[in-house]
Amino acid sequence: MKLARAAALLSAALLIATPALADGVAGQTVRQPTNWTAIVMFAAFAILTLGITRWAARRTKTASDFYTAGGGITGFQNGLAIAGDYMSAASFLGISAQIFADGYDGLIYSIGFLVGWPIILFLMAERLRNLGRYTFADVASFRFAQTPVRTFAALSTLVVVLFYLIAQMVGAGQLIKLLFGLDYAYAVIIVGVLMMLYVLFGGMTATTWVQIIKAALLLGCASFMAFMVLAKFGFSPEALFARAVEVKTNLAVATGLSAPEAAERGRSIMGPGNFIKDPISAISFGMALMFGTAGLPHILMRFFTVPNAKAARSSVLWATGWIGYFYLLTFIIGFGAIVLVATDASYVDGAGVLRGGANMAAIHLAQAIGGNIFLGFVSAVAFATILAVVAGLTLSGASAVSHDLYATVFRKGEADSAAELRVSRRTVLVLAVIAILLGILFEKQNVAFMVSLAFALAASGNFPVLLLSLLWKGCTTRGVVVGGSVGLITALVLTILSPAIWVAILHHDAAIFPYSSPAIFTVPLAFITIWLVSVLDTSPRAAVDRGAYLEQRVRSETGIGAEGASEH
Amino acid sequence: MADSERLARIAADPRYLALTRQRGRFTWTLTCVVLAAYFGFILLIAFDKSALAAPIGAGVTSIGIPVGLGVILLAIGLTGLYVRRANRDYDALVQSLVESKGE
Repeated sequence: MKLARAAALLSAALLIATPALADGVAGQTVRQPTNWTAIVMFAAFAILTLGITRWAARRTKTASDFYTAGGGITGFQNGLAIAGDYMSAASFLGISAQIFADGYDGLIYSIGFLVGWPIILFLMAERLRNLGRYTFADVASFRFAQTPVRTFAALSTLVVVLFYLIAQMVGAGQLIKLLFGLDYAYAVIIVGVLMMLYVLFGGMTATTWVQIIKAALLLGCASFMAFMVLAKFGFSPEALFARAVEVKTNLAVATGLSAPEAAERGRSIMGPGNFIKDPISAISFGMALMFGTAGLPHILMRFFTVPNAKAARSSVLWATGWIGYFYLLTFIIGFGAIVLVATDASYVDGAGVLRGGANMAAIHLAQAIGGNIFLGFVSAVAFATILAVVAGLTLSGASAVSHDLYATVFRKGEADSAAELRVSRRTVLVLAVIAILLGILFEKQNVAFMVSLAFALAASGNFPVLLLSLLWKGCTTRGVVVGGSVGLITALVLTILSPAIWVAILHHDAAIFPYSSPAIFTVPLAFITIWLVSVLDTSPRAAVDRGAYLEQRVRSETGIGAEGASEH
Repeated sequence: MADSERLARIAADPRYLALTRQRGRFTWTLTCVVLAAYFGFILLIAFDKSALAAPIGAGVTSIGIPVGLGVILLAIGLTGLYVRRANRDYDALVQSLVESKGE
């Protein structure tokens, strides 16, 4: 407890000291003037959440408290926390920026992020809750040989978490440099230290509440912006769209296009454009988004924080509702930015490019709507958004190491709760340091592909393994480990050979793998490999695996044996 | 495991078999509807962009807007439908199965 208080003080001091330090590092090209409103508001958020962490730390005594908040989160709370875990700054700023640039295309992206949720509910959520305790590996390895399946699941979790984490850290650094006028490295360190404090001391309880608060702030913020945009057009979307088309047409005329061409360009924001180039990429990308959602370890972990299957069910309904609502708001915000930001010389330069970078559309709109105070508020919310996501990721990575690798693989289930907790906390420290270092290392790199890579990996590795282990009797240990690894490795290799890395980062002329996502090949490949290897598996272990299916199935459907999980 | 016998009895219970068959059919139907709606939407974008870009009537709002919103609302709506049915029917059935065999 003393340690928690000291650490809280330290980070508060760091927060106050950093802007002054950062001011000394002048002359960076895109660094904005130090934004004191944003910093004060973010400091208020940090103090509030650290206070919650202190409260949570007192309640975090056992491994169960640490990993799952003792299983005592309600369906409504968990739904908001899932939304907070899932709605990243990238989806708020990135999708509204995409709509600002191309209109309708941003909506396609939003829909892909949403449609994984019904699938999770129909096929997985209740079964996960009934079979698992702390990690999705509990479920994937339920009837299989523990060591190989846990090892696979833990490594796959760490790979997915790491790519997702790097993308978030680099995004955080860039965003905060822009919004707060802080130096990149300080921004990354602040994110890393705060995230570490939440997870280290407050475990899942603190992480959950940070996610809930962030979700409420983000939803409130986006609702206000969308409301103000619609209010300017008498709550008529048609009037908003008409004005946006007009603005885009005028901008096209200004670039020297002829009147019919300009009109064409203006109208193009109302339909799909270049975002999806060919059918294979379109379907592949769609599969990665949809099935990747159902394989993200930090999302799956949230189902163990509720007391029973009924609460797991209602948390998905709440989450789907909030996330869907959020994407509707983002659509309005993007169009609002076209109308209110693209025409204003204080937000765009002479060439029509957004000041501060392409992702600034929603931020500029905030200023256009609510002035500097609201701009500061939105900036602080964007910072909070990143914190909530990285905290969830770190907790998930730490639990893979301590619960799956340490307690189950190395200690064969003999480790006590205290030892497991100790390993978990050490892993949090290590992950925080790694996240900060990689965040700084990748500063100048293009990391946009990393989130879609994380989704492709989750869709090709975790999702087939989890689905077949839950629903197919014939599935065996060998099938799961071989098939899951094949899916994971091919997804990784094909992504490296795809344009996003092979051309954009490694500077080759043409990509060996020409599509934007590998999922259309790797997801079926993983399913087929699991099936083939399982069918051909005649080992004694395979007989045990198949023999245990009926019992697993009844447990997964009735919750027998899971009832005790909530009584910690 | 003390549960083993109980699990085996439930597995053989005709009410359990009826429940899983019914629930399985319902969830797979819903899953197929979501998959069809989403991949149908993606395929439409991939093969016929102009269909979605066409304006509705004389305005600028395109057909793609209600279609896109429709997919979002469908996802939320089917989620709600499943939760309502599970809360109303399945929970009670599971409860009676677990209790009657629990002694």
